[in-house]
Amino acid sequence: MSIHIILFKTVLICYLTATVLYLLHVVARKEKPGRLARWVLLAGAIVQLIAFITQFIQVGHTPVTNLHESLSFFAWCLVVFFLFFDLRYRLSVMGAFSSALAVVTMLGSGIAPKTAEPLSPMLNSWWFPVHVSFAFLGNAAFALAFGAGVMYLLQDRMLKSKHFSALYYRLPSLDTLDNINYRALSFGFPLMTLGIITGAAWAESVWGTYWSWDPKETWALMTWFVYAALLHGRMSIGWRGRRAAIFAIIGFFCLVFTFLGVNLLLSGQHTFDALMGKPY
Amino acid sequence: MNILVVGLSHKTAPVEIREKIAFSPTAMGEPLRQMLALEAVNEGIIVSTCNRVELYATSRDPEQAIIQLRRFLADFHGLTYENIDEHLYDLHGEDAIRHVLRVSASLDSMIIGEPQILGQIKTAYGYASEFKTAGLILNRFMHKAFSVAKRVRTETAIASNAVSVSFAAVELARKIFSSLEDKTVMLIGAGEMCELAARHFINNGISEVLVTNRTFARAEKLAAEFNGRAVTFENFRDQLHQVDIVLSSTGAPDYILEAKKLTEVIKLRRNKPMFLIDIAVPRDIEPKANKIDNIYLYDVDDLQGVVQSNLKERKKEADKAEKIIEQEILQFYRWLSTLEVKPTIVALRQKLEGLRQAEVQKTLANLSADDKTAKSIDALTRALVNKILHQPTSILKDAQNRDDGNTYIDAVRTLFDLPAPVAENSAATDNVGQED
Repeated sequence: MSIHIILFKTVLICYLTATVLYLLHVVARKEKPGRLARWVLLAGAIVQLIAFITQFIQVGHTPVTNLHESLSFFAWCLVVFFLFFDLRYRLSVMGAFSSALAVVTMLGSGIAPKTAEPLSPMLNSWWFPVHVSFAFLGNAAFALAFGAGVMYLLQDRMLKSKHFSALYYRLPSLDTLDNINYRALSFGFPLMTLGIITGAAWAESVWGTYWSWDPKETWALMTWFVYAALLHGRMSIGWRGRRAAIFAIIGFFCLVFTFLGVNLLLSGQHTFDALMGKPY
Repeated sequence: MNILVVGLSHKTAPVEIREKIAFSPTAMGEPLRQMLALEAVNEGIIVSTCNRVELYATSRDPEQAIIQLRRFLADFHGLTYENIDEHLYDLHGEDAIRHVLRVSASLDSMIIGEPQILGQIKTAYGYASEFKTAGLILNRFMHKAFSVAKRVRTETAIASNAVSVSFAAVELARKIFSSLEDKTVMLIGAGEMCELAARHFINNGISEVLVTNRTFARAEKLAAEFNGRAVTFENFRDQLHQVDIVLSSTGAPDYILEAKKLTEVIKLRRNKPMFLIDIAVPRDIEPKANKIDNIYLYDVDDLQGVVQSNLKERKKEADKAEKIIEQEILQFYRWLSTLEVKPTIVALRQKLEGLRQAEVQKTLANLSADDKTAKSIDALTRALVNKILHQPTSILKDAQNRDDGNTYIDAVRTLFDLPAPVAENSAATDNVGQED
């Protein structure tokens, strides 16, 4: 087993443990697992950072060139973003959501082929890691907004219908969830914007054109518009609560499609196929 | 030695019976003295609250003690026994232990998880200590009950959700706004429940109170009481957009707030949520308002519903508490069984015999003595142990007929570090593990 696989599995186990601990805290209301979960998650993030660095040294470029690496990097961004949010909000439900999503992403990453092909020269530009980092950090923030949005809708529904399930007692207040939504958006949107701009700059340096309307670019722009609308609505027309939650959810679906759907269903220069040895 | 419970509670007796049997808190000395004077009773505590009257006792003859305690309850209050007989329950052994633990953990209360009962039992125990009617077993038992109650409180959420309508309103507000500190509440009309809820809100940090009433003088009076601001009834609708929480209970026959008006208000507020509590019957606020985004409207029935679902949640937590109690019963039972005379004597003999044999072997190994010397040494040590044990053994045998007998047994167990039949140490470590 290579060092990379060992580190990868350690990270997966950390995230899985954190998920279980968070769920124990949320469902069974035990105190200690909640506190422990945070540290386990942090440990996982540190191990994953080490994994990136070793991988970087081994292959000589930022390891986000195939689906396996990208998903793994996304999981890392998500966990780091959550830990950052956690400093302020201390919400185990969000912890359970984030670590569970990280586990799912890591599993997806585990299934994806791991072969690191020699990098095509067009990716060998310093724009590339910058573009990908911004894009994924933005995605991680939007994932948190999505989680908070789903929780908001559930809690809102229970408060309106006056039928409380066990979940009601475990979810935070509407105000807190709406706040997370807003904060995540105000971090995610600039990051995504930077991701798109750096992507365009990179495209210019490689192909000589800023924008070529390939499906990924089109979808990314659409997603950007959804989030731009939400941010505008929040800041100038007083959108909040349910509507903001719904927008965050729609935005995230667009995002997932931009990231995965486009790659799997449509073709273009962003597909990983192009990066996995097959000439594109 | 057996632990007994004799008594009645809200579950078995109506208030007419309970009030006749209640003991006056100012004169607990006499009933405690009389209870202890009962022939079969060794120790006693009397718990008397408005929902229950219970006698906790220890006895070597549980059957007899139960009969005497039942009689005592009737005789002391000058009642005919037949009148109260059907309302009384009696428990002994494990059932009695479970009962007392459940009562102190508030699992047997009318409202599960209510906090008063533990204090009441502590007071009852205080009287028993004052009049010296609680001995070794009840002392230990009551401390066990207190620690179990504390464990239940910290490890389950049994007392965490409101079970009164006015407090349920505050908790709902917390689920909507998270912090109440920069929020404004408006009282429309006056009513006992409304004022009570307002007080709860103020105690939970509400920053501003507005009061309106058809009679402006009343609004001013109430506003002064709450350190708030009075608004005329004609103008209150214009101030609504500054208000986060509305408490309404007017006697108006029609709606005083229509959904249409509230749609305008929420727009003015740029969709900041509003929590409307309509305690009036007939209702003050048009029910359709609940359909507006960011408005949460609760009427009296809704709040009752919340209380019901909170109670259900408490019952779920109560199941966890029952499990904790079962563990603790087991642990207490282990200790109780160490107070038996016979096993204590056996354990004491085994302990000394073990020490004797070990020492004899050590000496013989160094001495390389002949058979005869070895036998003499063996006989000598055996005789010594028997002589030493003679007096303690006869005192222990006698202990079961003495009131303070348990104290001797406990002392012997401690002095000689005798293991419990099932080691109590391991029970203690179990406990540490469960606290995780």
